[in-house]
Amino acid sequence: MGARMQGEVMRRMQPRTLMTAGLVLLLLTLMVVSARGAYAISPLQLMGILGEALTGDASRSPAHLVFMNIRLPRLVLGMAAGAGLGMAGALMQGLFRNPLADPGLIGVSSGAALAAAATMVVGGLWFPELPRQLGSWTLVLMAFAGGLCVTLLVYALARSEGLTRVGTMLLAGIAMNALAGAGLGLMSFLATDEQLRNIQFWLLGSLGGARWSAVAMVSAVAAGAIGLGLTLARPLNAIALGEAQAALLGVDVEWVKRRVVVVTALAVGAVTATTGIIGFIGLVAPHCVRLLAGPDHRLVLPGSALLGAALVLAADAAARTALQPAELPLGVLTAFVGVPFFLLLLRRFKGVT
Amino acid sequence: MVMCIEVNGVACMAAGRQILAPMSARFEAGRFCAILGPNGAGKSTLLGVLSAQRQPHQGYVRMNGDLLGARPVTDLARMRAVMPQEAAVAFDYTVEDIVALGRFPHRRCPAEDEAGIVRHAMAATQVTHLAGRVHNTLSGGEKARAHLARVLAQVWEPLPDGQVRWLLLDEPTAALDLAHQHAVLQTVRDWACTQGVGVVAVLHDINLALRYADDAVVLEAGTAVHSGAVHEVLTPNLIGRVWGIGCHAAEGQVGGALQYVFTPH
Repeated sequence: MGARMQGEVMRRMQPRTLMTAGLVLLLLTLMVVSARGAYAISPLQLMGILGEALTGDASRSPAHLVFMNIRLPRLVLGMAAGAGLGMAGALMQGLFRNPLADPGLIGVSSGAALAAAATMVVGGLWFPELPRQLGSWTLVLMAFAGGLCVTLLVYALARSEGLTRVGTMLLAGIAMNALAGAGLGLMSFLATDEQLRNIQFWLLGSLGGARWSAVAMVSAVAAGAIGLGLTLARPLNAIALGEAQAALLGVDVEWVKRRVVVVTALAVGAVTATTGIIGFIGLVAPHCVRLLAGPDHRLVLPGSALLGAALVLAADAAARTALQPAELPLGVLTAFVGVPFFLLLLRRFKGVT
Repeated sequence: MVMCIEVNGVACMAAGRQILAPMSARFEAGRFCAILGPNGAGKSTLLGVLSAQRQPHQGYVRMNGDLLGARPVTDLARMRAVMPQEAAVAFDYTVEDIVALGRFPHRRCPAEDEAGIVRHAMAATQVTHLAGRVHNTLSGGEKARAHLARVLAQVWEPLPDGQVRWLLLDEPTAALDLAHQHAVLQTVRDWACTQGVGVVAVLHDINLALRYADDAVVLEAGTAVHSGAVHEVLTPNLIGRVWGIGCHAAEGQVGGALQYVFTPH
């Protein structure tokens, strides 16, 4: 800090270096974590499987079955979830002009959590026909809807006279998070021991439930959210000057706010509904990218998506292998993996964002 | 083509109180007009109305002949740049990043040399040596000069349709040291004289207004009490009445500009 105060010029990674490094990191992580797991697949076997998959000549070996049906969907889900959370975090921090903002701020995670818990505890009681109608999608759809509803409520509460006040949105988000937390507490109180364990497990997040159908849904939503999110990079740079200044530069600030809320709600809602709550990625990924490459959202947004994906993959690999055959909750591991990485960068750059 | 900002019967309310009484004024292209008045007289309010940040409760403003509300914000952003009194920047953007943001309105049809414009704008307010510094680590005056460079970059080039460009500045010199106060006002004055840009600036320093401005509007308690050529408006008599301070012309002028010396009653 002291050195910078005296006028040290910022050393920053070049955009191309950063994006290349991000992609290489993601690919390396992918290669390393592909091989690891309860059923070890050697890199050679992996090459064979990929070759078979490309030529369509499937051998149905155990390694092939494990990789294509269990591990690959899990890896894809991890990347989609991490990228979606990283991107949403970067968007939130940009919109709130605050590095402490987090995708959970507008209530989407807590809304999803409450809806999931409610579905587990009282869903079968009040709507016994629901699981029959929605099948295995019941929990996912209910959680997704819960996240969207709470976010819409937060957004509606923050609107007055055609304007959305981000300060009010922050407070409304905190209030709704508290309310959802209380609802979650109530559900835990009402739950049987088994339900309680399910709720607890859901709250800690896991990629264990990865099925290709759910993976496809999350990937599609995450890809759409990332595509939409990337168009907001330059307007968010202008918003760093404050909403009034951004408007004077010709930014339609209300449009940006709506987009950020929609993209975050969809991405985080879809991810959380499928995996449970994966904390910390949305907060830490944008931070790390800013420390490395500066605050330009044209880098922070895609960089956070890449880093988020790599972090979730690494955390999930640790979750699968650290205490074999038991599987650790992912939400615990994201903090275990993310915090040291973050602290390392913080020390290394001695910066305060 | 109309080349002025026309303020017609504009009045503003805030929290049920009138903060700007109905007033009319004309700001001409190619001239530097200073808005002066005691604290709370409504100077920033008027500038807010001119920049379309604030909706007047009655009356209207036309810029280059068009009603302010009738133009898309992107059009306005290419035509006029507004320097705020203070601008807090989130995150560690460098001075160069900040100045480059001034080119945001032109991202769809960029100039031939966007990087050159940013460079020249930084040179114009003497912040070139700060280009790589993080904005939030600068002193107040350095920040103000960085934002002025951003504002200049925003309207750096003549518009393709020949519309007049406008610089609206809210106390651009408040945080600056003596030398930079003069350098900055000389720069915007040159823009007015040589490029035909219209400059409207809120100023507190009457001597700076006398030296650099062509016209002046004096506000008192939300009312425009006088406007016109700066030397006709800023008389010792009016200054004594509006600011409640003794004022007489200084002896031995250098360079011929009228300057005042003030004495508290």
